[in-house]
Amino acid sequence: MSGIFKIALRLLVNDKSKFTALLVGITFAVFLMVMMLSMFTGILAKSCAPVYNIGARIWVMDPAVNNTISSIPMPDYVLSTARSIEGVNYAVPLYYGGAQVKLKDGTFQNVTVIGLDDSTLFGRPELVDGKIEDIFAENAFLVVKDAEYAKLEYPKVGTEFEINDNRGVIVGLAKVASSGLFGVPTLYTTFNRAITYIPSSRFTTSYVLIEPKNPSDIPRIQREIAKIGYEALTSEQFVKKISDFYTFKTGMGMNIMLMTAISFIVGLSISGQTFYTFILENLDKFGAMKAIGAKGRELISMILFQAFFTSLVGYGLGVGIASTFMTIAKLRLPEYAAQMTFGILGFALLMVLVIAGVSSYIGVRKVLQIQPFDIFRG
Amino acid sequence: MDECVIRASNLAKWFGEGEARTMAVRDANFEVRYGEMLYIVGPSGSGKTTLLSMVSGILKPNGGQVTIEGRDLWAMHDDELADLRLRKIGFVFQDYHLFPRLTTLENVAIPLILKKVEWNEALRRSMEYLEIVGLKDRASLQPVKLSGGEQQRVAIARAIVGQPDILIFDEPTASLDGDTGRKIVEFVKTRILNEKRCIIIVTHDSRIYEYADTILRMEDGKITGVEKNNLHEK
Repeated sequence: MSGIFKIALRLLVNDKSKFTALLVGITFAVFLMVMMLSMFTGILAKSCAPVYNIGARIWVMDPAVNNTISSIPMPDYVLSTARSIEGVNYAVPLYYGGAQVKLKDGTFQNVTVIGLDDSTLFGRPELVDGKIEDIFAENAFLVVKDAEYAKLEYPKVGTEFEINDNRGVIVGLAKVASSGLFGVPTLYTTFNRAITYIPSSRFTTSYVLIEPKNPSDIPRIQREIAKIGYEALTSEQFVKKISDFYTFKTGMGMNIMLMTAISFIVGLSISGQTFYTFILENLDKFGAMKAIGAKGRELISMILFQAFFTSLVGYGLGVGIASTFMTIAKLRLPEYAAQMTFGILGFALLMVLVIAGVSSYIGVRKVLQIQPFDIFRG
Repeated sequence: MDECVIRASNLAKWFGEGEARTMAVRDANFEVRYGEMLYIVGPSGSGKTTLLSMVSGILKPNGGQVTIEGRDLWAMHDDELADLRLRKIGFVFQDYHLFPRLTTLENVAIPLILKKVEWNEALRRSMEYLEIVGLKDRASLQPVKLSGGEQQRVAIARAIVGQPDILIFDEPTASLDGDTGRKIVEFVKTRILNEKRCIIIVTHDSRIYEYADTILRMEDGKITGVEKNNLHEK
């Protein structure tokens, strides 16, 4: 490190009260920004959990569907049409709906029921107990062992229960990549058992899942499905549609954006004000350095170094505290929805650099304005 | 004391324009030679500090010329001027302007750091100069823990650490009691001034006039008199 930066660093860290105030401001802002965005990302990830868990390449649905829960049943011809499109390797139906499980104490627990295509079981979860072929046994269900599992009183293989006045038997415990958003346990069964046990409208197919022969076939499949008035989305497009729905049509995204903006403004205010005071306090000394022979760019580099050093340390602390908080929260609350991504870290870093830039800009202007003659005049 | 270091010719400086124009310095001519201690004295508002700022490359005159070793000071670019101040001129400010969050040693090292001297070497050399001003044992202290006289000596060490040819003192005794002020100026005269260096002091403290080689008297922006002090002539 060059001598001028060592001087800048000592000036900064030796002023413990201001350095602490700067760090607290930036750390707090980063912590809040990262937490807000991570929670939102976690919520979005959970809202898209069925898309990730089932793993289909193309989802066919009613165009009005904007998230997995609000599926609108489609007539059987949609499945037939899908199977007839050139470039479709295979197409299977999926049932996605809700039911009530009666617990031993007589209370009811809402569950999500996913009905897999009887012949292929496409989209089946990985089992941690039991055998997948047992799903074809009488009244058979798989239960997902996730954060919501306890709500069904920890059923095991062989546990019997009542679902919509029908008998059900757990034949396997499954694990999935991501559990759902609404804190409801998930049961898997076959498509036909699902539509038999759960009352539904005239149409029963929630989604048609398509595997194209080649990625190049996807546009054609989408066009053909659109011709019959339905929508075929790739899993990425479906995730985006769900994300857009929660972000722009539920108020959730706007609230999170507001909170993130407030965190940024708080951080900017605290660090900007403190840094400005720090510069003002040392202004005559910077003027003296100019008189001694320091060039404007050397003083600017000192101020930028101080601003960016503080910001990056604050950023590290903020991210560290947020990570620790999330880790502890996830240990205590398994359904806690927060997911820190590189995108969030990058965004927070960008915001911190903006804070550093704005804070140092004010300081740089002041230092460039001071003239050595002002030092002589006192 | 025969080689001319600084020559000021017909220097003029005014502030403001039109009716608001105030003449700070007019038609100032003088020379400073190596080994000379020159005082600029006069009442407040007489233009002493303005004159000092113009000859030290800090304030651009509206008229006239300043040469240092024959080079026209105000024909230089800003960076050249900054370089010249760094290498040729040492400043001791009235309020010292020491960084309170740096140690005494680090404060002294600043001109060397600006000259890109390596950190440890800069501190080593600065320690030598702290020893010269008798403050070696105060090296690790922050300036706020030093007395006014000690801070003045730190400022002197900072001014001379880069071995400048010209030393500029702005009201060196203004913040000190009479006895300390005299001791500081005596120290400067006997230990800092030499045949390869000149010192310009702005002051209105008549108690230290006895140490001057030359005294320029100023009033209303004009040099009204030049006195040579034979008592201390080398």
